[in-house]
Amino acid sequence: MSETVTAHALDDDNEFTGDHHVYEPFKVGLPKLKPYFDELWRRRGFLTEASRATLRATQANTVIGQLWAVLNPLLLGLVYFMLIYILSGQNTSPTQFAHLLSGLFLFYFIQGSMTGGASSVVGAGKMIVNTAFPRLLLPLAAVRTAFRRFWPTLIVLFLAMIGSGVGVSPVQLLAIPWFIIAAIFAGGLAMIMATLQLYFRDTASFLPYFTRIWLYISPVLWYADKVPHRLQFLEVVNPLFSICGGWSQILIEKQVPDPSTWLVALAWALGSLLLGGYYFMSRERDFAVRL
Amino acid sequence: MPSDSSLPTISVQDVSITYRTTFEKRPTFKSAVMRAGRGERLIREVEAVKGVSFEVKRGSVLGIIGNNGAGKSTLVRAIAGILPPTKGRIEVRGRVSTLLALGVGFNANLSGHENVILGGLAAGYSRAEIEERFVEIGEWSELGDFLEMPMRTYSSGMFSRLAFSVAIHMNPDILLVDEALSAGDAGFKKKATAKMNELVASASTMVLVSHALGTIEEMCTEAIWLQKGELLGAGKPVDVIKEYRSFVEVADSKATNEDL
Repeated sequence: MSETVTAHALDDDNEFTGDHHVYEPFKVGLPKLKPYFDELWRRRGFLTEASRATLRATQANTVIGQLWAVLNPLLLGLVYFMLIYILSGQNTSPTQFAHLLSGLFLFYFIQGSMTGGASSVVGAGKMIVNTAFPRLLLPLAAVRTAFRRFWPTLIVLFLAMIGSGVGVSPVQLLAIPWFIIAAIFAGGLAMIMATLQLYFRDTASFLPYFTRIWLYISPVLWYADKVPHRLQFLEVVNPLFSICGGWSQILIEKQVPDPSTWLVALAWALGSLLLGGYYFMSRERDFAVRL
Repeated sequence: MPSDSSLPTISVQDVSITYRTTFEKRPTFKSAVMRAGRGERLIREVEAVKGVSFEVKRGSVLGIIGNNGAGKSTLVRAIAGILPPTKGRIEVRGRVSTLLALGVGFNANLSGHENVILGGLAAGYSRAEIEERFVEIGEWSELGDFLEMPMRTYSSGMFSRLAFSVAIHMNPDILLVDEALSAGDAGFKKKATAKMNELVASASTMVLVSHALGTIEEMCTEAIWLQKGELLGAGKPVDVIKEYRSFVEVADSKATNEDL
């Protein structure tokens, strides 16, 4: 680490604040993690505020404003439900509607983190060029924004579960740790997208198509245990197979997923976070000249 | 605050800054593929700063002059810790507040107030610290109701008044100013100059990048002249400016003095 930007200090100083800073060349690699995350934590207020401001800015122009947070996912669920109803030709049950909504809402949280992440660094232009701060705050704020859009959908989901006869059970509390796994996964993706978008400005244009395909190959419109034989490889290559599959299993089937499902989901989440974190942090000192 | 005042506040030791960038305004996937197809690499190394050394003592005001593209802004960003040097070492003692290219704007759709809060939080100030200063910031900037309006409605002069007001009210030990006075009207310039003098009197250190040679001569205690990344002159502002002027063969015309 001797080649990294060192910020050794007389007291508790580091790269970003304090009284004594030393800036030296770095080649590749991560900044010193302890001061980096200390600073990140100290500035968590920025994360909250940036996300709030984004939400305010997007809601300001609509008549029913906040209501869209609930209406939008509900309409989306109806659209996809009609699609399955027409395409499948078989009987679609109310339970399937609840399954669809649960998967769709989780999927849209992950997608929202990705698209928000992609624009987070490029969209913060002036700030990147003019202020020294841990850039990781930007994709993380995008994940928070996606989360704030996600939680009102839980009301819709709850009503759908009651209405479709799925009901409630203590097992469904496992959805909380399961969501944390999904959020870690989404966070890693947001960091990857934020960095990619900086180097390839087309990333954000590709994303809608990519995510739509991803939705179709994930157990959202169909059930994980009813995957046709020729598509079984998805179980291995698609992280959302376990993440969305387990989510629906907990919420709709009221079953505890197998330990293997937990492990696979957790491995994808940590892999995404580590890869995304490394990719982002090892390049963030280059951001100012890339904008 | 730095305990030992005999040490320089800013010490730039044989610093070179090279960065890789592309010619493209917007790097796209298509152009990357096309280039790869032609076996080209459009990445160009820019040597923005080459082997520059200097020191700034506490309470002094350093002016940096030079043509466009001389590496002035890059150097100031390196002092602020935004761009790491490629070679050499930069040591800074004190809390830095930057006023670089008029940047407070996080999001032009948000109000000036929101942008100030966000900028402050990112710079590591607590919400309470920022709110506490916000009244002063607002008063000094004289923006009035505009503070609550989206920043896209601001004129460039209003933008610079707000940015400047934020930078000076954050009680910096070191203030880095990049072309901040250029967008303001005469009244603003006068007010800003007075405020900067006040800061210097309270032993803050300042680095001022400007094309306005008159301002540099008036405000700075020392100056350096950069040309294509190299340090060509350092010393008393009057002398450095004289050298610079004879180099660019621009007479001490009224235009250069008042421009920017």
